[in-house]
Amino acid sequence: MKMTGARIVIESLIKENVEVVFGYPGGAIMNVYDELYKQDKFKHILAKHEQGAVHMADGYARATGKVGVAFVTSGPGLTNAVTGIATAYTDSIPLVVISGQVPTTAIGTDAFQEVDAVGVTRPITKHNFLVKDVKDLAFIIKEAFYLAKSGRPGPVHIDIPKDVTVASTKFEYPEKIELKTYKPTYKGNKRAIKRAVEAIKKAKRPVFYIGGGSVLSGASDIIREIVKFTKIPSVETLMARGVLRYDCPYLLGMVGMHGTFAANMAMNDADLIISLGARFDDRVTGKIDEFAKNADIVHIDIDPSQIGKVVETKYPIVGDVKLVLEEMMPLLFDGIDTERYKEWRDILNRYQELYPLKYKDSNEVIKPQWVIQKTGEIAPEDAIISTDVGQHQMWAAQFYPFTYPRQLITSGGLGTMGFGFPAALGAKEGMKDRVVINFTGDGSIMMNIQETLVGYKYNLPVINIILNNNYLGMVRQWQTMFYEDRLSETDLSDVQPDFVKLAESMGAVGYRVSKKEEFEEALKDALEAKRVAFIDVQVDRREDVLPMVPPNSPLKNMLVFKEDK
Amino acid sequence: MKRVISVIVENEHGVLARVVNMFAARGYNITSLTVAPIPNSEFSRMTIMSEGDPKIFEQIVKQLYKLIPVYKVIESDDFIQKEMAMIKFPLKEVKNNLADIDAIARCYNGKISNVNDKHVVVSVVDRPDRIDNFLKAMMAKYKNLEIVRSGVSVIER
Repeated sequence: MKMTGARIVIESLIKENVEVVFGYPGGAIMNVYDELYKQDKFKHILAKHEQGAVHMADGYARATGKVGVAFVTSGPGLTNAVTGIATAYTDSIPLVVISGQVPTTAIGTDAFQEVDAVGVTRPITKHNFLVKDVKDLAFIIKEAFYLAKSGRPGPVHIDIPKDVTVASTKFEYPEKIELKTYKPTYKGNKRAIKRAVEAIKKAKRPVFYIGGGSVLSGASDIIREIVKFTKIPSVETLMARGVLRYDCPYLLGMVGMHGTFAANMAMNDADLIISLGARFDDRVTGKIDEFAKNADIVHIDIDPSQIGKVVETKYPIVGDVKLVLEEMMPLLFDGIDTERYKEWRDILNRYQELYPLKYKDSNEVIKPQWVIQKTGEIAPEDAIISTDVGQHQMWAAQFYPFTYPRQLITSGGLGTMGFGFPAALGAKEGMKDRVVINFTGDGSIMMNIQETLVGYKYNLPVINIILNNNYLGMVRQWQTMFYEDRLSETDLSDVQPDFVKLAESMGAVGYRVSKKEEFEEALKDALEAKRVAFIDVQVDRREDVLPMVPPNSPLKNMLVFKEDK
Repeated sequence: MKRVISVIVENEHGVLARVVNMFAARGYNITSLTVAPIPNSEFSRMTIMSEGDPKIFEQIVKQLYKLIPVYKVIESDDFIQKEMAMIKFPLKEVKNNLADIDAIARCYNGKISNVNDKHVVVSVVDRPDRIDNFLKAMMAKYKNLEIVRSGVSVIER
């Protein structure tokens, strides 16, 4: 049967079992929206800004593990989507973003709302396409979904000129796809796996360094089993929070710039670091010349370009973390002497006792860390937690009791302020039965607060907890520590909205909290409210995120709490 | 360290931009670049000469493979390397030395390809390092030269 390009887009998404598209219409993509109107197989959520739409698709993908889909129009629609696409790219989140484009006949003429879309998204997508012929369209959509979710996942962008959405051809959606030039390696090399297992058995001070790839590959269960059996101390990156339960006795906490003392010392003093889908990011390693000087590296990653990129790797294994660990586990369990790591565990336990994560609570002011902990006590154990970017993000990562992978939704790589709320809305859309809470700051929340209306219209009751210190807190912290407290453009105390009124004006419920009792009450009320909620918590203005590895310092040179020095 | 890699890519929209952008985005150098379709196939061959230490080359190769349309990256110490260079001499500079120039050009698989009332054009084809030598010799001896190099092409032995 012959179909227009616009109809092919819709039919292809139905074939891919897409449940929801987040988007924003405009001139160049109108034909696709017209076909969308005529169907009822999947839902469309109209965002208030294209950045919001892409973050929603991203949050949906992170929470559900499915591919997130977004529609935007040409020109400014696409450029507004860029931050969303780049956010997904740095965190390897599978998205398919479809943009309208001016007709092929107008491309290159500086037409109205024309931008070189594939040129713009090339460095921030796993791959992108400009569809020049309607005959290629179905295949390209199939390929886009396949690329987005296979191998190391990532966003794929399809740019469709308006005349291609009008032209028609026979619709045949390919059942299977095989690409000559793209064949990701899933199974690890057997000999490499064997060598790595031997190295683990021989090590005295091994550490599992768990990264976001473990979440993407669904390796949490097997990692929990291996850690429990081998009793090897483990650290998690920001992207891997929840792979192990917060109360796992072998979990030393988060590693890196705001990681725990014990986790960072484990990396510093280890003789073998076993990286599970992590990429030795600069926020994890600290000063690279001083990083893990006595350690050999086992690096398991599906993306070969990550191996050896930052650190010399003695035991490289290209493959899917879960599949590699499935091969490894029986070899590792066979004759491993977990007692040989006991001394190492004791040292690290001692570090945990000496320098635990902590803060000085107060009865006069609310400490932001207390808010995170209290939320962890009140919210259901399976609540999804999203964050924006800054101090509140680090406190959430440090103090929230994460119990399962995909529980924390946060912009780790790109560090996108304004991500948390729309991502939370997308997560809620994908996981309706879960409570979704977004920890945010008074800076970040203002970047996409317009999406409150989306929560209202589509009944997505996300709870925003604003840790309001009237500062751009993380920048303020750096200014205090490294710029002699010159607070250049970070004091927001004279530019605050009335969050309660703002919330109410958009069909949400708002609470202003300045005492501890009020917070508990507000959160309990918000959990019942079934509406988007904003809890504006006035917190201690000058609280710092600690411990901290100063930029470009070795991990062992952590700034700790004053009384611990 | 200079090295040459040969990249087989699918002939598709924007593939050259993808490869070149990757070099630019990651701060790698391109010393020379040649591209042409491979006859009777849907592929093109790019030959890229770059500079960097072995670690950088390892990353270049891996990052190239990461690009979806890249089919194969060939790195070899056993390439036959060829480059073409053309030199335009002002006629008044060389009119008494044409025989010399032609003789030297022949040592580099070349010859005088064109002469008119203003200029003499010599073209040579040889290994890039030999082309370097040839150009150095010519530049030392003659002034106001216009030089065009094609960039290196390679094939595995």
